Amino acid sequence: MYEKILTKRFEVPGYRGTLGEYEATGGYQAIAKALKEHTPASLIELVRRSGLRGRGGAGFPTGVKWGFVPKGSDLPKYLVCNGDESEPGTFKDRELIMRDPHQLLEGILLASFAIGCRTAYIYIRGEFVAGARILEQAVSDAAARGLIGRDILGSSFSLDLHVHRGAGAYICGEETALLESLEGKRGLPRLKPPFPATSGLYRKPTVVNNVETLCNIPHIVMRGAEWFASIGTPKSTGARIFGVSGHVRRPGIYECPIDVPMRELIFEHAGGIREGRRLKAVIPGGSSVPVLTERHLDTRMDFESLATAGSMAGSGGVIVMDETTCMVRVGEVVSRFYHHESCGQCTQCREGTAWLHKTLRRIEEGRGRQADLDLLLDICDNMKGKTICPLSDAAAMPIESYLKYFRDEFEQHIVERACPFGTRA
Amino acid sequence: MASLVDSKLGTRDPKPLDAMTEETIQQILSRYPERRSALLPLMHLCQEEAGYLTEDAMRELAARLDLPPIQVAEVATFYDMFRLKPGGQREIWVCHNLSCALLGAEQVIRRLEEVLGVSAGETTPDGLFTIKRVECLAACGRAPAIQVGPDYYGPVSPNDITELVDTLRKQLTVCNQSSSSSLEADR
Ligand SMILES: Cc1cc2nc3c(=O)[nH]c(=O)nc-3n(C[C@H](O)[C@H](O)[C@H](O)COP(=O)(O)O)c2cc1C
Ligand code: SF4
Ligand code: FES
Repeated sequence: MYEKILTKRFEVPGYRGTLGEYEATGGYQAIAKALKEHTPASLIELVRRSGLRGRGGAGFPTGVKWGFVPKGSDLPKYLVCNGDESEPGTFKDRELIMRDPHQLLEGILLASFAIGCRTAYIYIRGEFVAGARILEQAVSDAAARGLIGRDILGSSFSLDLHVHRGAGAYICGEETALLESLEGKRGLPRLKPPFPATSGLYRKPTVVNNVETLCNIPHIVMRGAEWFASIGTPKSTGARIFGVSGHVRRPGIYECPIDVPMRELIFEHAGGIREGRRLKAVIPGGSSVPVLTERHLDTRMDFESLATAGSMAGSGGVIVMDETTCMVRVGEVVSRFYHHESCGQCTQCREGTAWLHKTLRRIEEGRGRQADLDLLLDICDNMKGKTICPLSDAAAMPIESYLKYFRDEFEQHIVERACPFGTRA
Repeated sequence: MASLVDSKLGTRDPKPLDAMTEETIQQILSRYPERRSALLPLMHLCQEEAGYLTEDAMRELAARLDLPPIQVAEVATFYDMFRLKPGGQREIWVCHNLSCALLGAEQVIRRLEEVLGVSAGETTPDGLFTIKRVECLAACGRAPAIQVGPDYYGPVSPNDITELVDTLRKQLTVCNQSSSSSLEADR
């Protein structure tokens, strides 16, 4: 049996994630160990060797990202934990925050030590009302114990950590929009370069890391880079928390080696399709990624395997759809979301998302025209690779994939002038 | 308490920021090297106090943080959680995104509208509830999901709605801290 890493404590009876419980189960030993045994450079090297890649969506190697922060400069540096978790279908960071907040705090301490930062922020989405309170309590408990603040555990390492609430905007999960938001502005993504590592929060060197990414760090410090790299594949290492939702018998979060086969995840862990129905489609990494079908079930969930299959690992949110699902309706819901969340800075994205939604709604409502299918592809084509941030691509690629695999369903809507599923649910 | 309001604001009614102690404001400001970063946290506090962001609150925030009022207004309108008008005492957030839609979110919304007698986006005449359609709440494992304040409910079926509304009503009348319902609010 695979031994859980990030969610192991979730299974300890009565575990609520208090400081005492965390310490009693080996917590805060990694920061003590790192302060004794590591220099910032050797800690960065350790994380680089572990092969850990970001769990927020892009999968960038964490140690490499930390290494981009200029060394030796006396500019202040910042670590920002991305707790915006808003990608539809994704619900693992909320659990990590609610059920084991100190694991995250320890990860933040280690990352801050590694990049030489003295002030760190947790940007948590505004809707996580209870999550923000839990984190604030955890920060103050840790501070009272000398784990946050000046001269941590008697070392010369000091860190202030603050919880900062967002206020409801998907785009603020994008790292530069997040930094704008943290600066008290609208969440408008910045043109890159410069990248946050050299010019981020308050234009100072900044690392932005996802909640789950940071939760891995204490375990890597305690058990070593080789141990971590032995899980998964050579390029996608470690475990990942998948959130499985939709038409499965047991929706929920499942921590598995990152290269778990999709079939195992859906049919063993999540219990298979409800009511004995047939699987139709799977969105494997949050609503921003292309859909896959039954014939992709043996694909593994690591970054490379999903890319080879024509999709992406994204945020680990796996949305499962059975044979009763109307893919045009799915497109309508997904495009409505991106239209609502586009920040409007780029014409292609602002107009493209509006057109996609309008056209898909028309088709779903039985008012579509034959020319609409080419129109959709044309809009998608215009939206890709031309914008300030990847939201525009994220809105276009899924729709292209629905058309690629389910074009006949779209045509049927147009010919029959109605949704064949009759469920404009 | 006069010091709460910057002198250049004159003698404007100091209510919104009045509810916060100077200590709270200073404590929030001290977290950031630049004052402007305190804008969202202070807006949240103002909204918690008055139920929405009043014009006065925004004017005072601008003065307090040395920002042109337009910069406060544009932030207030950018984020979905900020309310510029009074609404119900409790906002009922119903997710209508994909995982919830697949499992009947639209039926849940319809039933909620029926039971409360208002449409999504509207407030009940007694001023207790506003129904709000929202995007993914990161509770997809319990789809269809509803969030009210810090509490999550799900999976919610149309048949659960009367009970849910009863529970919320009771919470409001008792108006004590947290909830307990057979629907099992989760945090
Ligand atoms: C539109 C958009 C939304 C995003 N939302 C999130 C999010 O909610 N949480 C997150 O961690 N990363 C999100 N990201 C990815 C971040 O930009 C960034 O890559 C990530 O936080 C880096 O952390 P990591 O390297 O640890 O994954 C989003 C990206 C885009 C383009
Ligand atoms: S791609 Fe869309 S969301 Fe991203 S910056 Fe441009 S308009 Fe804003
Ligand atoms: S889609 Fe409804 S909570 Fe995620």
